[in-house]
Amino acid sequence: MSDFSHNIGSLARLLMESARDLAPIVVVIVFFQVVVIRQPFPNLSDILIGTALVVIGLTLFVRGLEMGLFPLGESMAQAFARKGSVMWMLLFSFALGFGTTVAEPALIAVAKEAAQTVAEAGHILADEQSLKNYAFGLRMTVAVSVGFAIMVGVIRIVKGWPIQGLIMAGYLGVVVLTFFAPPEIIGIAYDSGGVTTSTITVPLVTALGVGLATSIRGRNPMTDGFGLIALASLTPMMFVMVYGIVY
Amino acid sequence: MNLIHHILATGYATLFDVVPIAAILIFFQVVVLKKIPPNPKRIIAGFAYVLVGLTVFLVGLEMALFPVGETMARQLTDPEFIGSSAALGIVDWRDYMWVYIFAAAIGFATTAAEPSLIAVALKAQQVSGGAIQAWGLRLAVALGVAIGVSLGAYRIVSGTPLHWYIIAGYVVVLIQTIWASKFIVALAYDSGGVTTSTVTVPVVTALGLGLASTIPGRSPLLDGFGLIAFASLFPIMSVLAYAKLAEWMQVWRQKREYKRDEHEEEGKIL
Repeated sequence: MSDFSHNIGSLARLLMESARDLAPIVVVIVFFQVVVIRQPFPNLSDILIGTALVVIGLTLFVRGLEMGLFPLGESMAQAFARKGSVMWMLLFSFALGFGTTVAEPALIAVAKEAAQTVAEAGHILADEQSLKNYAFGLRMTVAVSVGFAIMVGVIRIVKGWPIQGLIMAGYLGVVVLTFFAPPEIIGIAYDSGGVTTSTITVPLVTALGVGLATSIRGRNPMTDGFGLIALASLTPMMFVMVYGIVY
Repeated sequence: MNLIHHILATGYATLFDVVPIAAILIFFQVVVLKKIPPNPKRIIAGFAYVLVGLTVFLVGLEMALFPVGETMARQLTDPEFIGSSAALGIVDWRDYMWVYIFAAAIGFATTAAEPSLIAVALKAQQVSGGAIQAWGLRLAVALGVAIGVSLGAYRIVSGTPLHWYIIAGYVVVLIQTIWASKFIVALAYDSGGVTTSTVTVPVVTALGLGLASTIPGRSPLLDGFGLIAFASLFPIMSVLAYAKLAEWMQVWRQKREYKRDEHEEEGKIL
């Protein structure tokens, strides 16, 4: 009985936390609707039900992170570190980066739009087959680039390289490529870095990095454990521009 | 009934996102590591929570936030709302003040609610032993996105080239990095990537495309992109700045305490 009331109590606390996390969004929308646009809300009941769903969903998500994604990512990182096989670990990193990105709906949408843009600029034919080929190639490019990034990031954690060097080299790469890439592709390339990191990938990859840095002696989870996401959002920018130059 | 149908359809789509990840994890766990992680039941339950939670969250967003965000982006960029000059086809960036404010507000609000940012902030608080507070980090990131998206909206209105803004941003990040404490750098870089996920991308993309399609002389395909790039660059700067500020505050507080102690010592001697 006390266990039950304890659970209800912690659930209520979690719900409160989610509600607080979402408060800014509600304030912004109400402010603009009431003060700036000065029109009543369309479908007020939908908005209220939707907000309640968002709060419940976020609560479950955060609970699931702490129960499933975080412990799994960390225990896998530790198991790989104990196994001592760098080969398998790199293969795993690549698979995780590639596999989580290739089916990402945001990426599929962006690739389609990119194909259209490039066709309008006259770089490829505007028929359905060439559009499809272009979009598919782009998607594969981004997925490979994310796999590559996670792999390089894991090597970095193992070797203890500072993250600044890699990121600055990446920035330099982006800047140089910008001057050679066709102008139509630049906006898409710059945005592609942001769309690749999905909500399920981020916690897993973060837990992996932190777990790895915790289990390798001489690494600090704070300075060495983070940084995988940063690399995964930088490499797609370069790879997409290269794709634009080559294609 | 419609709602249940919607939840099931979204759940199905989310499941498809999770299946490849789960397949990779299970393959490596079983074939390569040949070991079952501790508490397998709890982990599976956790995955189920994530799946159901994300589904309910997305359905709620589609009902509450996305239509409102899109309507507002459209209404705010409407030539009638902007005023006479836009209706005549002349673009003056000052007419779009409300758009910049809205862009900042929506960038801030969507980022504060972003689940992947919540995940990383939780982890950072845990790893740093509380030196970094999850709430403070999230506010810093959200502020960065607000500035970034607002500036990105200005870029679309003014029609200036994207890459100069981004390159200038890189230079600022470089200078800040040289200056920053090593403790925060990796986390700051990561916070750029995590801000643009489930919540922020659709709303911000809608704003960009809405702006580019209503402003005379802008093409949605050429000028509509780029807001996400701003939204993932500026949080790096704001988190580095936040860390620097926290450092200064601490030094200042210590100095003050030291002075007070000195005064007290002097008082005793006198």
